Amino acid sequence: MMDLDPVLMSRLLTTITLVFHIIFATLGVGVPLMISIAEFIGIKKKDPHYTMLARRWARGFVIPVAIGVVTGTAIGLQLSLLWPEFMQVGGNVIALPLFMEVFAFFFEAIFLGIYMYTWDRFKKPMTHWWLSLPIVIGGGMSAFFITTVNAFMNTPEGFEIGGDGFAAINPLEAMFNPATPTKVFHVLASAYLTVAAILAAIAAFGLLRKKTKEYHKKALKLTVTLTFIFAIFTAIAGDVSAKFLAEYQPEKLAAGEWHFETEGNADLILFGWLNEGNEPEGVIRLPGLLSFLAYSDFNAEVTGLEEFPEAERPPLWIHYMFDLMVTIGVFLLGISFLYLLLSKLKRWNENNKFMLWMLVLSGPLAMLAIEFGWIYAEEGRQPWILRGYMTVEEAATTSPYVGWMFVLFLLLYIALGVIGAVVLRKVFKNNPVEDELEKKYPTIEKGDK
Amino acid sequence: MNYEIIGISVLWLFLYGYLIVASVDFGAGFYAYYAKVTKKDHIMNQLISRYLSPVWEVTNVFFVFFFVGIVGFFPDSAYYYGTALLVPGSIAIILLAIRGSFYAFENYGSKQSNLYMFLYGATGLLIPASLSVALTLSEGGFITEENGKVALDYLALFTSPYSWSVVFLAIVSVLFISAAFLTFYAARANDVAALKLVRKYALFWATPTIIAALTTFIALGQHNERHYQNMFNYWWMFGLSVGFFMIAMWLIYEGKRYGLAFISVMLQFFFAFFGYGVSHLPYILDPYITVYENATHESTGIALIIVFIAGLFLLIPSLILLMRLFLFDADYVKGKK
Repeated sequence: MMDLDPVLMSRLLTTITLVFHIIFATLGVGVPLMISIAEFIGIKKKDPHYTMLARRWARGFVIPVAIGVVTGTAIGLQLSLLWPEFMQVGGNVIALPLFMEVFAFFFEAIFLGIYMYTWDRFKKPMTHWWLSLPIVIGGGMSAFFITTVNAFMNTPEGFEIGGDGFAAINPLEAMFNPATPTKVFHVLASAYLTVAAILAAIAAFGLLRKKTKEYHKKALKLTVTLTFIFAIFTAIAGDVSAKFLAEYQPEKLAAGEWHFETEGNADLILFGWLNEGNEPEGVIRLPGLLSFLAYSDFNAEVTGLEEFPEAERPPLWIHYMFDLMVTIGVFLLGISFLYLLLSKLKRWNENNKFMLWMLVLSGPLAMLAIEFGWIYAEEGRQPWILRGYMTVEEAATTSPYVGWMFVLFLLLYIALGVIGAVVLRKVFKNNPVEDELEKKYPTIEKGDK
Repeated sequence: MNYEIIGISVLWLFLYGYLIVASVDFGAGFYAYYAKVTKKDHIMNQLISRYLSPVWEVTNVFFVFFFVGIVGFFPDSAYYYGTALLVPGSIAIILLAIRGSFYAFENYGSKQSNLYMFLYGATGLLIPASLSVALTLSEGGFITEENGKVALDYLALFTSPYSWSVVFLAIVSVLFISAAFLTFYAARANDVAALKLVRKYALFWATPTIIAALTTFIALGQHNERHYQNMFNYWWMFGLSVGFFMIAMWLIYEGKRYGLAFISVMLQFFFAFFGYGVSHLPYILDPYITVYENATHESTGIALIIVFIAGLFLLIPSLILLMRLFLFDADYVKGKK
């Protein structure tokens, strides 16, 4: 028992750190792209509304970045502090992408500092815009490298097992393992989608409160368009991810879909619950769709969970995570499509109350989908930390103090979350957009409100 | 030269980089708070926040770089240090988290919160203290391994004169390096009032720094005889260190060439730090980890070095751009931009 306790606490501590960090990491990847797009449109159209949009997003961005940096540092160190035996073995292979991730982060950090403090320092506005690109690229590269590490843990490759651990290591092969392409695609697309949805939610909320209509309308149009585009990419990414799972991690797909027996023409199961005999009840069955999702063929055979030893099966509750993620994804695609459709039809007002509230809702939902998706992906490879090689239990620290550290970090994250939100609110409340527009661009007509 | 030695040298260089940039940052935080308490904040704060705002995130990366690098090059260090450092390491992370985020809260959010300033200042001294534990542990004698279980001997750690002298040295060095940098920065900004103040700090903290260095040296002699003897083989490095210290002090005392003075301070710590490091070899953690026996596989090691060189081509121009825009742009420093 004394040995098991640190394992559970290590898992919980890693979970809270990641669940908290992912919120800010997602913002860190997505927001720079949105800022860059808005600034570019502002310069090209000579429209100060877009420039102001970029400026205000950038200003608000600093607080989440700060929290993202410090929680990222935390998870970086916790990898070694909580999973020393995993890092001792796996460190040989994943050191390369981890190291490269730090470089990408370094690059991003340098240019973020420059970008934030040079808004009015250059004669040509485009010079400043160019500085946003390294931030976008750095953020994307960070996501890419760190995702290859996670992909490696799901499908370890690029080494042989020797006498004492790994031998014949090929770091590049480990980085570009089978899980890498689909994971990176899904992570990037969904991060951009989520950030677009969150910024759309902010604009929609501004419109609902009848503030600076012109500004918020433009913001909404831009962000919902981006939401729609990235929702399509995310849907494609989800589809190729399912096909990847069917081939390389069938137990994760099977547990997520409550697919117990190997069979052809397998049904896709939506929602529902499990009764005491582990039978799905109250479900919506879509005949043959799981086979289609997995192999693009309604009659293909999909491996069931029964093929795996009981000790190597992921928990069955990840089905709910899968459902929630997919449902929200479909909702985001639908709602952004509806908005764009209405805006094309002259007879309808796309900025009606119902639409706006739905868009306000879509922001937080998108972030929740990110969390559900990661929980599905991570719980879906239990009990492994390195699938097929090392279980989570073998990798955890033996230190008896993990419980205390869990409490400390929990308090820290609560404090950072609450104070961060309060400060962020203050930043915008004390400096409303109408005042700022008027101060910066006195030429904008007063009737613009 | 083999890849293990290149690896540890690169890592040591980054730790040195962190030592300098973080000291400036940590010390500045403390001085900013101290200025507020002593009602001198109108003199100091403009200067400090203009320098710190664009660079605080970069500082953090030096640190991440080091610990990711050491685990990469020497995976066994994750096993020993990871287990032993759980508590001090977690505390350091929490302090860093408080410091980093509260800096952003203070500067971009609500104006002038005393609590944020206090946390920012206090963590500036506590972080070097908690991080220096890792260096103390590397001398051996504090980590035990029984039946495959690694544990940290807290009693030995808290009762060791060596560990306390390291903590003391870390804190006073931070204050000294930071004051020397701020003296240079204030001189560049032609900020006479701030210059007078920070120059006084630099002169004041010089003495405890040199005393702490000496006591640490003596305490190390009692704790790790091998390392102590080894240091005499590199006596010239410590000699150079003292020499540069004297040049720096003379320049600051005379009140001229503050830029050169700060470079001398950097060289002073460079030689002391590398003298300490090279005499520590071949051990990374005495007696469990050595550079040769516990290095990563050659293919990974070489890949890391290649990436490192490629990364430098990206980083150095960016860092130069950052410094030209904020550090050496006279108008910016003076607050005109």
